[in-house]
Amino acid sequence: MSLETATADDDSLDRRKLRWQRRLEALRNWAGVLKEDRMGQTGIAILAVFFFIGIFARPIEISVGPVWATVQPFSLAPYEPGARVAGTGLQGPSWDHPLGTTALGRDVLSQLLAATRVTLIVGIVAAFMAVFIGANVGIISAYYGGWVDDILMRITDVVYGVPFLPFAIALVFIIGASLVNVIFAIVLILWRGTARVVRSQVLSHKQRPYVESARAIGASDFRIMYVQIMPNVLPLISLYAAFAVAWAVIAEASLSFLGLGPPGMISWGEMIYDVRSAGALREAWWWVFPPGIAIMLFVMSVFFIGRSLEKVVNPELRHSK
Amino acid sequence: MGLREYIVRRILQLVFTLWAFVTLLFVLFRMVPGDPTTRFVMEYPTPEAREQRIEELGLNEPLYVQYFEYLGQLLRGEFGDSTHYREPVSELIFPLFLNTVVLMFTALIIAYTFGVLFGAAMGWLRGSRFERGGIVLTLVARSSPEFWIGVILVWIFVFQLGVLPRSGIGAHGGELTMNVVDRYANVDFLRHLILPALTGAIYYMATPALLMRNTMLEVLKADFIEIKKAEGLPERTVLYKHAARNSVLPLVTVVAIATGAAMGGSVIIETVFNWPGIGREMVASVTRNDYPVAMAAFFLMGTAVIVMNFVADLAYLYLDPRVKYE
Repeated sequence: MSLETATADDDSLDRRKLRWQRRLEALRNWAGVLKEDRMGQTGIAILAVFFFIGIFARPIEISVGPVWATVQPFSLAPYEPGARVAGTGLQGPSWDHPLGTTALGRDVLSQLLAATRVTLIVGIVAAFMAVFIGANVGIISAYYGGWVDDILMRITDVVYGVPFLPFAIALVFIIGASLVNVIFAIVLILWRGTARVVRSQVLSHKQRPYVESARAIGASDFRIMYVQIMPNVLPLISLYAAFAVAWAVIAEASLSFLGLGPPGMISWGEMIYDVRSAGALREAWWWVFPPGIAIMLFVMSVFFIGRSLEKVVNPELRHSK
Repeated sequence: MGLREYIVRRILQLVFTLWAFVTLLFVLFRMVPGDPTTRFVMEYPTPEAREQRIEELGLNEPLYVQYFEYLGQLLRGEFGDSTHYREPVSELIFPLFLNTVVLMFTALIIAYTFGVLFGAAMGWLRGSRFERGGIVLTLVARSSPEFWIGVILVWIFVFQLGVLPRSGIGAHGGELTMNVVDRYANVDFLRHLILPALTGAIYYMATPALLMRNTMLEVLKADFIEIKKAEGLPERTVLYKHAARNSVLPLVTVVAIATGAAMGGSVIIETVFNWPGIGREMVASVTRNDYPVAMAAFFLMGTAVIVMNFVADLAYLYLDPRVKYE
């Protein structure tokens, strides 16, 4: 008996090792591509800066009931982003306010830095959830086939027929604007692309010998789907996750620009909405340009990373640099 | 599966998708918080008047009766009356829809004409500085939300140069009552069209440019290009007559999908430029609780997306006979 457990343990240890090797290899693959890919490097560098700003722009406090703690006490932003710090009225850039002030006398630079966190949260949470749903729908649909596939794919078809932004506008308006609802509205549409692509990939993997042999030794459906097939489509899923971050950020910015962003939370899109509703578009270039450029840079960095991931997923692209 | 069977199945699927979308719309606008009657009847002075109005709107009927009534209305092309304008929605929304179509078609034509030419040049000059710069440029354009492109254009052409109008579709009011020819066939309208159309064009140009480049790279690998070059044809002829022409086919399906998506995407551009179109009206009607108008606008946008996706599938079938009817 002891012998049996020993071999079983050895076996699973071996497999785990193998799986880690596979993951490491995928990473090494990407590193190899990145070495020659200036765009991918730029993307990672810009994104790293945004992450840094997102974490350190404002202190982070966590409170559970009466207990609260400051996890991150540091503040990059020189002022409270919502506080009037310069009387009222627009002010151009100065030493005190490097990016000037808003029509209500708030510091633009502080708002810009603080808004980074909102963008990071919306982009990452929405993309992660959308890709999680999409990948699962795709895998289950392709693996089981038959009526399961039919139902799931018809639902996907219907979602494909829904215009993204108008739907998000209507939904956020009906269920109310809040950070959670904005993310919810974005996720509800964004999963569709991943679902279709993952499904077509899994369909081809389903036919391969390794799935057959797994089935022959009696692996469960769940095991085959998530332990055998999933790691093989993971690079593709990560590619879609990168693009999903970009779309989620654009969608959040667009909703905020229309005045449907989460209230009480300053985001880049909302800053531009504020400029417009203050009627300051003409003169306040220091107020309108920084948030727009920030959105552009952020989305661009994700697109650049996505393009280099694409080269890992589809090695043919590597030759046609 | 035969071709005919595939097409029949695809049509059935189209009908199903449309039905499901319409049902989703019904459910979505029933989810509006509060009693569905209150927003129609708040302004009635007596309880009797209120009752009468509820009956008129059919809100006393059971939900499934209302649902079938609603389906019947849509089939007849009726969307009820606007609670804000007190007019039939269908009359109200048609000119707005036309404004949106004119704007988005102009934007798409510019985007696809220049996108294709630009993409072909990038593919032709692969590995050059022009190609690398071109890719970065398209990705930058793609990374900017439509409203940001619009704001920049307004800042440059309206505020700094002062050469173009900022918003609307014409200098004079009453733009919705004019007949179609008077409304669109004048210089003033064209001046108002430039900035919003350019905004859309810049945003949509990335897809055809990048796609065209990729297919060009494929086509340029093919033997017949080498042969044409060997025949001593001028480079320009080989590029435009042979390489580009063969690369353009896959774009046809993308055009169809983009056209549908652009109808939905017009919301932002129309808001930036106060363009009296269906997208801006949808946002406005949602914020003033005018649900019949919002629903109709949403319905038209969704139908456009669904129908254009269907067209894309059929176009793909026609263009690439190798496709399997799965």
